[in-house]
Amino acid sequence: MFQFIVRRLLQLIPVLLGVTILVFSLMHLSPGNPAHIIAGESAPKDTVEQIEERLGLNDPILVQYGNFLKDVVTLDFGNSWRTSLPVSEELWPKFWVTFELSVYSTIFSIFLGLIAGIISAVRQYSVADVSIMLVALFGLSMPNFWLGLMLMQWFSINLGWLPATGWGSAEQIVLPVITLGTMGAAVIARMTRSSMLDVVTQDYIRTARAKGLSERLVIYKHALKNALIPVVTVVGLQFGSLLAGAVLTESVFAINGMGKLIVDRILARDFPTVQAAVLVIAVIFVLVNLLVDISYKFLNKRIDLD
Amino acid sequence: MSEEIILDIKDLRTSFFTEDVEVKAVDGVSFKLPKGKTIGIVGESGSGKSITALSILRLLEHPGKIVGGEINFKDKDLTKASDREIRDIRGNEISMIFQEPMTSLNPVYTVGQQIRETLKVHQGLGKEQGTKKGVELLELVGIPSPKKRITQYPHELSGGMRQRVMIAMALACNPELLIADEPTTALDVTIQAQILEIINDLQDRFDMSVIMITHDMGVVAETCDYVAVMYGGKVVEYADVKTIFKEPKHPYTVGLLNSIPRHDVDVDELEPIRGNVPSPNDMPKGCRFAPRCPFATDLCYEELPSLDKVSDDNQVRCWIYSERWDGDPEVKVNGPERTS
Ligand SMILES: Nc1ncnc2c1ncn2[C@@H]1O[C@H](COP(=O)(O)OP(=O)(O)OP(=O)(O)O)[C@@H](O)[C@H]1O
Ligand code: SF4
Ligand SMILES: [Mg+2]
Repeated sequence: MFQFIVRRLLQLIPVLLGVTILVFSLMHLSPGNPAHIIAGESAPKDTVEQIEERLGLNDPILVQYGNFLKDVVTLDFGNSWRTSLPVSEELWPKFWVTFELSVYSTIFSIFLGLIAGIISAVRQYSVADVSIMLVALFGLSMPNFWLGLMLMQWFSINLGWLPATGWGSAEQIVLPVITLGTMGAAVIARMTRSSMLDVVTQDYIRTARAKGLSERLVIYKHALKNALIPVVTVVGLQFGSLLAGAVLTESVFAINGMGKLIVDRILARDFPTVQAAVLVIAVIFVLVNLLVDISYKFLNKRIDLD
Repeated sequence: MSEEIILDIKDLRTSFFTEDVEVKAVDGVSFKLPKGKTIGIVGESGSGKSITALSILRLLEHPGKIVGGEINFKDKDLTKASDREIRDIRGNEISMIFQEPMTSLNPVYTVGQQIRETLKVHQGLGKEQGTKKGVELLELVGIPSPKKRITQYPHELSGGMRQRVMIAMALACNPELLIADEPTTALDVTIQAQILEIINDLQDRFDMSVIMITHDMGVVAETCDYVAVMYGGKVVEYADVKTIFKEPKHPYTVGLLNSIPRHDVDVDELEPIRGNVPSPNDMPKGCRFAPRCPFATDLCYEELPSLDKVSDDNQVRCWIYSERWDGDPEVKVNGPERTS
């Protein structure tokens, strides 16, 4: 197990190297001279040139990439081109906001999705099942910014129950988490249902019944643990789209998180901040996947990780 | 049969209700099983053997349903027992082992966890006692190094080992009746023999009654006291094992016997029964076997024969043995010549 984790962590290196290349090229290939933007529309030519020189934008591209890699390795991304503050200082508070939003939303998705999926499967074709699957289909096909706007319209503007913007207080958390978590809940509910329905026809479920176990034990002990195996994968994948959804959710609810930071700083051509932020997201994503693989190992002893 | 009868099935009917059609998988099956004896249920694929067995423990899956008859186990009619009562019987007084050892154990729990569970539900044994008993059980079914095996997951065991675990689990609470649904079909020949031997041996030791479901007459010869031959959801011949082999009466039974490989006959001289089992939703009106029977007459096609006593030890569902038989009066339904 320990070996497995170490090896997986080592495997992160090439993945992250790829990410650095990708984010670096995307930033450098995109049109618009950062020095221009930093200096302002009407800045004189030599100011722009000075800035270019200071930022190293005139160095050969490989040297620039090399410097970026050095930053990555030393975990020091220098200062933001926009605000001149150290990138890490800019990043952390925003990171925590996004992290909280993602974690709460994931918990919401898993909780709601599992319960709904299990009810649906256990009462296949009942009114409850049909309604749950209808709602899930709705949740799946609804763009999350639209859901966010609708929730805001009802609960903040019409009913005045919850605040429409911001992040931090319990009330502020509710709507963004529902907005961001609904799609995941829908996916997990559908996956849980189909996985449960598949598992309950397996021979070992018949064996469990033949042993004289109660239906509760058969479903929650024997079926659920097996049914969770594919669900775990979905949760892992869902997390990837969650990060993307976070960007939209943050802009709908004017939450000052990573999503907003990245969008703002791409427009401002703030290379160091964008690169560091994307890298952090990549690391999180890969770590979550590692976590998924480990939970797999716990759920499904047939998978040999070594 | 004057001994104590442990299981008395009367006119059992089990159907599957699919899209407005009723598929009669088991259509009026009756048999009695004396205590400590083994009855074999034989027949080709689709004849209703498994559904009969699953009906006994009410393990039918939707849309299957018992629609009539009685299953008297000791003094209780299991078709009328409450869910609670039937759960107390399952794995405790009546155990079942299945055809598919590879998939019948839950892959995410250890052998020990799965055996202990049965002991906990029926006998309230805790983890420590459960493990101790579990090790004994594994030893009983001939699993080497049981202390190690009990901590393993099913995927670490071979098919034969898994079937032994299933047997150990089934025997955990000393059941009075063991239902073995083709316990050896999925295993290779040497393992088959070992598993049958274990079942035979444990049966003697614990005075257990056994229902042995198989399509293999060889298995019947080795294990059974009585035989019910099933065809198209019905019992077509019911006799003790000697009679079945010495004087088979039903043309289908004879067909089954003719298709057993024997060392004294070349394989290509075997005569498999021509044709296929009719599917339950398009059963012939008369005798279910008529389309494949070499003796079939108009009467056979028109009317279903009843299961009647034709000798002291034999009940047969065939017009040949009735007064109304309209075919060759001299007809002889001959089984294969047997040297042993
Ligand atoms: N889930 C189901 N839905 C509809 N019909 C079914 C279902 N399960 C079984 N049947 C019907 O019941 C009949 C008897 O099935 P059963 O499993 O008892 O056969 P069997 O004698 O055990 O055969 P095998 O040797 O293949 O195990 C089948 O031919 C099938 O048509
Ligand atoms: S009743 Fe007729 S068709 Fe059926 S087995 Fe007997 S002889 Fe053959
Ligand atoms: Mg079967």
